[in-house]
Amino acid sequence: MNYSPASALARGFSSFTKMGKKYGVEWWILVAGAVIVLGIVFMAAFPDIFTTFNPYDQAAGPQLAPPGGEHLMGTDNLRRDVWARIVFGSQTILRVSVLAAIISSLIGISMGLLSGFSGGILDRILSLIMDSVYVFPGLILAIAFAAMFGPGVINITLAVSVIYIPTYFRLVRGQTLSIKQELYIEAARAIGASSSTILREYIFPNVIATTVVVFTLNVADAIMIEAALTYLGLGLPPSVVDWGMDLAMGKKFLPSGQWWLITFPGIMISLLALGFTMLGEGLAEILNPRLLER
Amino acid sequence: MRHLAKYIITRTLLTIPMVLILLSIVFLVLRIMPGDPVSSMLGGHAPEKVIEQKKEELGLNEPMAVQYVSYLWQVAHLDLGESMVFKQRVTTAIADKLPATIELTACGMIITLILGVFLGAYAADRRRQVQDSMIRLYGIVIYCIPVYWLGLMLQLIFGIWLDVMPIAGRTGPRVFASTFEQTGFYLIDTLLIRDFAALKDVMIHLTLPAFTLGLTLSGIFIRLTRANMLDVLKADYIIAAEARGIRHSRIVYRHALKNAFIPILTMMGLQVALLMAGAILTETTFSWPGMGRLLLERIYLRDYPTIQGVIIVFALIVAGVSLVVDIIYAMIDPRIRY
Repeated sequence: MNYSPASALARGFSSFTKMGKKYGVEWWILVAGAVIVLGIVFMAAFPDIFTTFNPYDQAAGPQLAPPGGEHLMGTDNLRRDVWARIVFGSQTILRVSVLAAIISSLIGISMGLLSGFSGGILDRILSLIMDSVYVFPGLILAIAFAAMFGPGVINITLAVSVIYIPTYFRLVRGQTLSIKQELYIEAARAIGASSSTILREYIFPNVIATTVVVFTLNVADAIMIEAALTYLGLGLPPSVVDWGMDLAMGKKFLPSGQWWLITFPGIMISLLALGFTMLGEGLAEILNPRLLER
Repeated sequence: MRHLAKYIITRTLLTIPMVLILLSIVFLVLRIMPGDPVSSMLGGHAPEKVIEQKKEELGLNEPMAVQYVSYLWQVAHLDLGESMVFKQRVTTAIADKLPATIELTACGMIITLILGVFLGAYAADRRRQVQDSMIRLYGIVIYCIPVYWLGLMLQLIFGIWLDVMPIAGRTGPRVFASTFEQTGFYLIDTLLIRDFAALKDVMIHLTLPAFTLGLTLSGIFIRLTRANMLDVLKADYIIAAEARGIRHSRIVYRHALKNAFIPILTMMGLQVALLMAGAILTETTFSWPGMGRLLLERIYLRDYPTIQGVIIVFALIVAGVSLVVDIIYAMIDPRIRY
């Protein structure tokens, strides 16, 4: 066996394409999604590689200059560089949407486990509350919560996370209910395992796998909700660089034809949401081909 | 038939706790929120005494539990109260804005259904071919485009560059709504008095917002229809129909689509929430005087009764649609019972 880096790379590449043959289009959807997401994450992590302008610099160039030349995506009414705001804005939206998905998954999963496992009156009350919130338009709730918390990065994250708790709750509760009936749970009980051991060692590992796909699609949705809230003027103070806020500001210049102010932030929001959606779709298809057929 | 009646009654009663829970959440959220209607109405410069007096008048100094119970009592009598900021009944404010939102969402839904169901059925028929991949790609991409941005881009293209469409409002400057307004649904109102010039104007103003909303949701319906059609197309009776020599397009778009439509119908109940959320954003983009604009406006003013009223109406719409859908489903499929 030859262990030179070049051959390792070649082997890696051939297993990569083999996966493509095995899973077909879904594998390439997954790869494309991963490339988009990693690209934007890289941009957020190392913004200075991508732009030399400061996103707050109000003397970056002439006012409302169209794209081209020194300013790749033009400048806005405050003479700031649009591309620099795109690059730095990726940090805000990624932070908020991923963190919101983490918070809601932690709360939703633990409540779903508890509710499904314990059953009884607690389960009925929790289910009723969660179902009510689940069918209601999430954005409207997020608007109410964002208004309550006031502007701030942490506040908007919490407002966004509230609306996804029922998604995890329902998924995990349903799974817990069906796993509870399995023979191996009865066997575990028979050898004297405590309830917490059963939850931790037997149910949790079986439930967590299915939430991966939901998590990825959840981030995609949270991206659009975050941008929607800031577009509506809720959730963030003006001092933060954010795509949704730039979109709302650019909207004022639409009638006068300054198209670059709305076009680029919108493309980025869509692209980021698309990346996470493709990642989720690809994962879903590969992990469980029947899941998305419904 | 008696079973069905029983089902309808139980199902209707089940929507009450849902509305109640949402109302309670919003009631709590509003009271915890910093700021209050009196301060935002009188501005920051009003003397403390005036603010306190006004708060007392509006019952804002009562303990929260008392406010909550008295509000529920009011709602139970189908009274949404009076705005705390304007001299206006909440029901009047909502009745004023609701038709605009319903007109927009209904037209959006029709566009979504036509696009989604047709493209989804076509994709399923051409499974694993180029057309299928293209339609699925369209479905995923359109789903990821935020509805407010799609609206802005359509405004830019059709309203500014091509200059063929208006970008704001429900009517143009030469059409006065007061001359025909009866129900608040401008499409119906203009038809009622046969003012076709106004009808054309109303339709032109409706086009971009309705397409914005309709296009965004079409992706979900494409996926739903395609998945259901794939199942149906595998069924024995489709193969039997094929064997009888019935034209292929007739089998796909008549026989199969009819059967695939039932699960699509049930999913429509859940999509109403997305439709409402989309409507709020579309209304903001197109300066559409509907419920979304009302909600946002009143949130800034901390007008508790109006915000609560709007939430109740949204909850009732969502609950009502899913109720109707479930009942239709129970009528079609007798196995569904509680």
